[in-house]
Amino acid sequence: MVFGVILAGGIGSRMGNVEKPKQYLKVGDKPIIIHTIEKFIVHDAFAKLIVLCPKPWVENTKKLVDKYLGEMASQVVVLEGGSSRNETIMNSIRYIESEYGLDDDTLIVTHDSVRPFLTYRIIEENIKYGIKYGAVDTVIPATDTIVESQGGDVISSVPDRSKMYQGQTPQTFKAKKLKDLYESLTDDEKEILTDASKIFVIKGEKVYLVQGEVFNIKITYPYDLRVAESLIQDQKKK
Amino acid sequence: MLNTVYRLVAPRRFEVEFNDIDLHAGQIVVRPTHLSICHADQRYYQGVRPAEVLKEKLPMALIHEGLGEVLYDPTGTYQCGDTVIMIPNTPCEKDEVIAENYLRSSKFRASGFDGFMQEHVALDIDRVVPVDDSIDKVIAAFTELVSVSVHAIRRFDSIAHKRRKAVGIWGDGNLGYITAIFFKAMFPNTKLYILGVDQEKLSGFSFADDTFSVSDIPDDLYIDHAFECVGGAASQQAINQIIDHIQPEGTISILGVSEYPVPINTRMVLEKGLRIFGSSRSGREDFLKTVELYKEHPEIIGYLRNIVGAQVEVRSIEDMNKAFETDIHKSMGKTIMLWNK
Repeated sequence: MVFGVILAGGIGSRMGNVEKPKQYLKVGDKPIIIHTIEKFIVHDAFAKLIVLCPKPWVENTKKLVDKYLGEMASQVVVLEGGSSRNETIMNSIRYIESEYGLDDDTLIVTHDSVRPFLTYRIIEENIKYGIKYGAVDTVIPATDTIVESQGGDVISSVPDRSKMYQGQTPQTFKAKKLKDLYESLTDDEKEILTDASKIFVIKGEKVYLVQGEVFNIKITYPYDLRVAESLIQDQKKK
Repeated sequence: MLNTVYRLVAPRRFEVEFNDIDLHAGQIVVRPTHLSICHADQRYYQGVRPAEVLKEKLPMALIHEGLGEVLYDPTGTYQCGDTVIMIPNTPCEKDEVIAENYLRSSKFRASGFDGFMQEHVALDIDRVVPVDDSIDKVIAAFTELVSVSVHAIRRFDSIAHKRRKAVGIWGDGNLGYITAIFFKAMFPNTKLYILGVDQEKLSGFSFADDTFSVSDIPDDLYIDHAFECVGGAASQQAINQIIDHIQPEGTISILGVSEYPVPINTRMVLEKGLRIFGSSRSGREDFLKTVELYKEHPEIIGYLRNIVGAQVEVRSIEDMNKAFETDIHKSMGKTIMLWNK
């Protein structure tokens, strides 16, 4: 079975003086999180869409899902997220295990709720290669030169840009494998390994790359929100 | 649902824009998989339409020939994954007399509003026609062009008098070829003559009864009716040749598009009592009839395969430009974009 896992756990501390977490801000006529859910809900591969958000926002999220998705809302379950990104993903796996059972082929397509511009192809290829390889990350080639600095004041190294990619989401995993690997980590390792793909890499597992899109942006800063709004506003003139 | 739209913003320049598809509007949502490039798309792409037209129409998503898979159908008519051909003509009213493709209020994809170069296309349920998976999708992709020929032949059948011993088709391009294939399938007992300029292309009309060069038409060639599939500057010569070789009270069906007015020998039109009628675009009934003919005459698919010029996989804007440039440089045939957005 394949599950969509929408990660809406963040509080949005980088967003400036906004009252709501960024995923609940509107772009166009709908909250960002609803745009993101809609991209998944029309895909018939998903047995269920699991949306994970901060505890105080669970009820509100359920109401938004009911309001905007109508009959399709039954395909969505809203759960409380965890203390970290990986703990949030683990919450989704625990839910799948208790409701559907977990086997070696159970696949989760995890996605940031604040990336509403992903495309059908990206989801499709995540599922396709997730089934084939077990772990998938969505990336685009780096356009800026990446500079590494150990101390933050001088350059330690300048990696070859042609080998650098910027990570996006979705990230897709065989859920049981991810759970097993995560549980094998020490508490210190869990603290450092904030990205689920990195767990696979550090344990020597291959992670397949799926080509993302430049416009699959993460709405993180007020600037991003304006970009997102303008991308939709432009078409309204037509 | 946010939807990626690839609009032509200026000649040879596509850009990404987004619209928001209302999933509660009762429309079917189709994911395009095979898109076919038409001359009309090329005129926008190359910027050869008049400047005021480009200014008025762009930015706009191109392509009005294509098919895709059903992604979402709130009406329950189709299953997810069903293959459907998309109909570009979009009527805004119903008329008991005038066909949907001639209503001045009708909108047309990639002419008045966005065409099929999108991640998803939202359409009214009657704007799609199901097609059997046994039909090659690369060929079914240009069903719209085929349906224009079928529409013209159906109009011919309702307008032309019953003596149909011999019919001539002027034009050896894609439109002439397709019209000829379907005419032969629908009227197998009528002698079909093809008149064109390119001997190599004419040799491809193996199913026709005879082919002639327009520079060397026998004086004793007479036809009861004719189709003009030439268009452009050569329309004048083609129509006047038809008038010379057609029998009295014959019909001339004009399908070729010309940017300029075409002078024709009206004296002879009057003397012979000819009927000249135009055909343009097509409606749902024509699409249904076309798909029916695909099934009834499987040999048609084989003939249509001969005019698939190039297939280009499209995953990026760079690929879109590649497909259009490939299409410009081919001598004949259709360019199909294998659309993966």
